[in-house]
Amino acid sequence: MKKIYLDYAATTPIDPRVLKAMIPYFSDKFANTMSLHQMGQIASEAVENSRKTIASFINAKTEEIYFTSSATESNNLALKGVAFANREKGKNHIIISSIEHDCVLESSRWLKRQGFKVDELNVNKFGFVDINQLKKLITTSTVLVSVIHGNNEIGTIQDIKLIGKICREKGVYFHTDASQSLGKVDINVEKMNIDLLTASSHKIYGPKGAAILYIKKGVMIEPIIHGGGHEKGLRSSTSNVPAIVGMGKAVEILQKEGKKENKKIEKLRNILVKGILENIKGTHLNGDPVQRLSNNANISFPSIEGESLLMELDFEGVEVSTGSACSSRTLMPSHVLMAMGAKPQIAHGSIRLSIGRFTTEEEIKKAVKIFIKVVNKLKKFSPFSV
Amino acid sequence: MYSKRTLQHFRSPHNYGEIKNADGVGEAGNIVCGDVMSLYLKMKKIGNKEPIIDQVKFKTYGCAAAIATSSAITDLVKGKTIEEALKISKNDIIEFLEGLPPIKIHCSILAIDALDEAIYQYLTDQKKPILTDLQVKHNRIKKGREQIEERYKKWMTKK
Repeated sequence: MKKIYLDYAATTPIDPRVLKAMIPYFSDKFANTMSLHQMGQIASEAVENSRKTIASFINAKTEEIYFTSSATESNNLALKGVAFANREKGKNHIIISSIEHDCVLESSRWLKRQGFKVDELNVNKFGFVDINQLKKLITTSTVLVSVIHGNNEIGTIQDIKLIGKICREKGVYFHTDASQSLGKVDINVEKMNIDLLTASSHKIYGPKGAAILYIKKGVMIEPIIHGGGHEKGLRSSTSNVPAIVGMGKAVEILQKEGKKENKKIEKLRNILVKGILENIKGTHLNGDPVQRLSNNANISFPSIEGESLLMELDFEGVEVSTGSACSSRTLMPSHVLMAMGAKPQIAHGSIRLSIGRFTTEEEIKKAVKIFIKVVNKLKKFSPFSV
Repeated sequence: MYSKRTLQHFRSPHNYGEIKNADGVGEAGNIVCGDVMSLYLKMKKIGNKEPIIDQVKFKTYGCAAAIATSSAITDLVKGKTIEEALKISKNDIIEFLEGLPPIKIHCSILAIDALDEAIYQYLTDQKKPILTDLQVKHNRIKKGREQIEERYKKWMTKK
């Protein structure tokens, strides 16, 4: 049975064109970018070409793109690097949203333990951050605001341009995690007032092991990995040349095909959502219905717990994700849904569906049928009737 | 992560549903934590012998392990006397399912709690004596539920 993969937000398969571009850099062109010999220069050039491609895609300058190993690393570097570089100026306050990815949440909690002050922005029931609260929270000691662009669980797209404008006016650095949104929403770091931006390769049909942090020229930031001085001393570690080449190729494909592709994906996503909401009683789409990532659907099934649903769907050949955590020792399920004020029954019974480049209409139609079958089966065990 | 047996019981659980006119109904868990279980017992008395659990059914909202442990406990208690049923432990369920991931052990406790509560209700309705052990368990389950609701309220107002 061919599986129907509806978990593109977790990771994407690599595009065959990306893989093809990467292969020479594993063997023929394997050299270290720091080596002065010709082979080293070939590797270095490949990395610089990737940097250029990515920079132009988000309207940054080439030298403002720094390669890292993952979005998690980029987010760690953004938060910790900016916090430590500006501490001596009396800047010890960071603002994040309450629906950040764990790597931002945990980095901020770690910074709190190091003596920094951290505030979390509330979100409304659609997942939009409270702009008035942001304005009130910024003080003279605030150094950084970090708000996720397209949320990984619920898909809500924040008004980054506005948040960036507020930060710029108040002289505060603004970082956004664009891991999910790159390629799905146009990003222009200049126009959107972004000082730091995280993006990842394996969410855009590139390989795992490459990501970027865009850092606007002039931003004060400290490295968190020290060593041989790669990436202008900000991120030592031998460059992962094949992965970086792959990320460059993945962005090049987005640049050419992204617009058309997103339209197709959005259409398929809408068929999927409509199919589920119209055929399964009590289901509900979480997040904003319009301002959301083109490939994301987050749906609640009030009578069924998320993990059960995921497991049974998996047996039937449909692969999805859940934000709920019935296993966790903490009281709360998905912190994102709970921050939006979702009732426990909604938060525990939610599933994230994310589609992508290789999803077909046939798969979507088949998936809807499987959803109906699986929900009807599991409802029989449930004490809740809706 | 799940044993084959656990997955079998999740996919094809035994004795799910409700019993109308049940002799005992036990509820355990809390939606705030993501697990809610109801267990229904129907007793039968043959001659002068102790009554036995003749029918047992469950309804559970929860993860795959919660559904599997619900199914397991119905298999384990069927045909047993109250005294025998009260001896069933979480370890019996885990053994019956050929293991549970450590993070899911609480699901086996959920099933035991629901059983204890169903028996407690049955004995109370029959005006039969409640053993100290069972009374202690009942008080603990009740208190646990109140604490969770309290914590939830606090969490929601903190926001």
